[in-house]
Amino acid sequence: MFPIPIFRDWEFIPISNGGSAFMEQLIQQLVNGISLGSIYALIALGYTMVYGIVKLINFAHGDVFMVGAFIGFYSITVFHLGFFPALLISMAACAIFGVLIERIAYKPLRNATRIAALITAIGVSLFIEYGTIYIRGAQPEAYPNGIVPLKSIEILGVKISGQSLLILAVSIFLMILLQFIVHKTKIGKAMRAVSHDQDAAKLMGINVNNTISATFAIGSALAGAAGVVFGMYYTKIEPLMGIIPGLKAFVAAVLGGIGILPGAMAGGLLLGVIEALVSAAGFSLWRDGVAFVVLILILIFRPAGLFGKNVREKV
Amino acid sequence: MTANTPLLKVDKAGIRFGGLKAVSEVNLELQKGELVGLIGPNGAGKTTFFNLLTGVYVPTEGSISLDGEKLNGFAPYKITKKGISRTFQNIRLFSDLTVLDNVKIAYHSLAKHSIISSIFRLPSHFAGEREMEEKAIEFLKIFKLDNVLYEQAKNLPYGQQRRLEIARALAANPKLLLLDEPAAGMNPQETDELMNLIALIRERFDLTILLIEHDMNLVMGVCERIYVLDHGQLIADGTPEEIRNNPKVIEAYLGEEVS
Amino acid sequence: MKSSKHAKGFWLSIVLAVIFSIVMQFLISGGTLNPFYVNTLFSIGINIILAVSLHLIIGITGQFSIGHAGFLAVGAYMSAIVTMKLALPFPVAILAAGMAAAVAGLVIGIPTLRLRGDYLAIATLGFGEIMRIVFLNIDYVGGASGMTVTHLTTWPWVIACVLMTIIVIVNFTNSTHGRACLSIRENEIAADAMGINTTYYKVMAFVIGAFFAGVAGALHAHNFYIIQPGNFGFLKSFDILILVVIGGLGSMSGSVFAAILLTIISTYLSNYPELRMVIYSLVLVVMMLFRPQGLMGTKEITAFLKMGKSAKGGSHDDGKHTTA
Repeated sequence: MFPIPIFRDWEFIPISNGGSAFMEQLIQQLVNGISLGSIYALIALGYTMVYGIVKLINFAHGDVFMVGAFIGFYSITVFHLGFFPALLISMAACAIFGVLIERIAYKPLRNATRIAALITAIGVSLFIEYGTIYIRGAQPEAYPNGIVPLKSIEILGVKISGQSLLILAVSIFLMILLQFIVHKTKIGKAMRAVSHDQDAAKLMGINVNNTISATFAIGSALAGAAGVVFGMYYTKIEPLMGIIPGLKAFVAAVLGGIGILPGAMAGGLLLGVIEALVSAAGFSLWRDGVAFVVLILILIFRPAGLFGKNVREKV
Repeated sequence: MTANTPLLKVDKAGIRFGGLKAVSEVNLELQKGELVGLIGPNGAGKTTFFNLLTGVYVPTEGSISLDGEKLNGFAPYKITKKGISRTFQNIRLFSDLTVLDNVKIAYHSLAKHSIISSIFRLPSHFAGEREMEEKAIEFLKIFKLDNVLYEQAKNLPYGQQRRLEIARALAANPKLLLLDEPAAGMNPQETDELMNLIALIRERFDLTILLIEHDMNLVMGVCERIYVLDHGQLIADGTPEEIRNNPKVIEAYLGEEVS
Repeated sequence: MKSSKHAKGFWLSIVLAVIFSIVMQFLISGGTLNPFYVNTLFSIGINIILAVSLHLIIGITGQFSIGHAGFLAVGAYMSAIVTMKLALPFPVAILAAGMAAAVAGLVIGIPTLRLRGDYLAIATLGFGEIMRIVFLNIDYVGGASGMTVTHLTTWPWVIACVLMTIIVIVNFTNSTHGRACLSIRENEIAADAMGINTTYYKVMAFVIGAFFAGVAGALHAHNFYIIQPGNFGFLKSFDILILVVIGGLGSMSGSVFAAILLTIISTYLSNYPELRMVIYSLVLVVMMLFRPQGLMGTKEITAFLKMGKSAKGGSHDDGKHTTA
């Protein structure tokens, strides 16, 4: 009676059969894990920024990632753009999309209960997923091969694909850019002020609404970038592709300590590597479960995350 | 001092959050039946001290005992059962529930009927529920709240909410009642009524009361003894008269006004 | 006096429910209701059980759990193992399903219920996913292709389970134990300060809710011929959550009403599953924007009946007549 999610496996890229040495395999898996982890990290940054500023788990964030992947896809296939222009267009479009979601759905609920906000986020997420399916159908698309003609390189006898390196380069660049924005610009200062104390920030003359919108814009742009990179790396994209990476990115954000930017990056990378190692150990079917086990363990034993401080509720 | 054990004995209790000592080395004794005030400037650690007494925070040093029994490390609900009950600075009623239900919930730990007997509606359920309801209604009469039994707590005027919170705390059958700024936000007339109420319940329920109040004058009027807390430390204790003339206390309050 | 009045209403509704179920049984066995309607009726019953059981956890105790499909899955698989692998009778399967889900509720509840709000939500969601992946990886229960199950769910079982769920949860709620749960929803710190063992009651609500979700799982498995891990993903959890939210958090009759309404709507939209989800999600968002308390708020249908009575000059004045 209820539709079953059509979501499916984007397995790890098969290991190149260079040598059967255990170390090589391990390094190869680590590289895969870091690539995947940097995608998680990009998505996790948006989660953590939004949570830090409005204390909302933005369930729709994974779907912004999906929309980003599709925009990138159409930019490349329909408009014949290169990788970087597609990346930029996707980021810009997602930024606008993120702000629209915030203004239409979340802003009116800013003083509502947490449960109401969470349910709205779930609703928005479902709406984007099934709206996309309704408009264009559920069929998957495949990113064309060789958008960026990069040669693989060999390090320590392990072949590392150019695409892995590109993902890593793009992610690291965006993370550095984000750090710069947050710590060195006026809007970054405003964002930190609002996340620290919204009322005080308002009294200091900061435009809270614009700052929150800017946070959504930046976070969504990162998710859009993650979408394009993901499409390029794993090729297959489809309307429900955002759910699992979205949830896992949230796990990554919690792992690192929600609201903390370096935490999200570290959490994403760590989660990617953990998953890769689980796959390498021969449990690839269990891989999706590992993230949630990690989540429950971290919530129980260190709810503030690896980088967070414990804060008690004031009585 | 006295031969019999004090009702509450706090021995060098304190708590630190990380490197910050919120409360440290507090010694305090309450004899049965006393009405004692706890005052101090903003941020002196008064509410934190209440949280230590009620188990919301676990003391990192020292000990707290009630009737000679050590309370350190007990969960808040257990401490309530042992006989310490409280009100909150920012009223914490069960606001969507009725006035009657608010009080009934405080009677919960006295309930004898089990979940099974409630689910299958065994006679013990009906007996238990009826007894609870009658008791609660009887009890609310003392607080002049029996005309709003079925009102949602959030719809009561402010003064009545404060009264309900005290009623609820008393329904939990405490030996020691902790009141956290009960007069906050009240006008002089309401404050007077409140003070009369406190005097009344103290007599009627044979209670010991520890009262946090920010307003010095008010506390001086009703309390027999006063403890003064500043920067998490006890700086003075004595009769209202002694406290009024204590240079340390004057300094603590003046210091606050200057900054 | 008051409790005898309650008891009278209680027995009256039981009698009405029994009459209703007997009439329906005749309609079904007499062939008046075609299989399509019968199937819808069963789905409504199963969804009522799910909604009411989740209502106890979210609406009464205020613990935002969004992994309810996990308990449904445990119940479904447990019951299928009991009937298909062990060849035991269906009632045993229903009971085993409930027990297994309750145990799962206990195991997951004790550690996670210390968490609050968002964190609890995400932890329960994680639990639901873990359950799905566990069943996906166990060959004994068929892995991804699932298990085929004989059709054993009949109207008497459905209605009996629905009534049992409602009676147990209503009776639990309207007692000092239910009030303890309500106090946790209202203000956990104050509940603690009033001597309520909050952990105990949170876990208890979770276990009772899980038990009935497991029972629903047994009915579900033996109604649809096949169970697969994919049926129990978070979308299923959201489906159940939607029922509780739209009905009104804290209103059991609201949950029942929403379960009936939405099951009928989704049956008619079953040929357009995407459209159904688009409409659902829109309704959810619009509801939160304009009526976040849901259709019924925290009120029960009996409160409305009472109001009607006292407006007509009813004798008892315990209605909410002063709230203008």
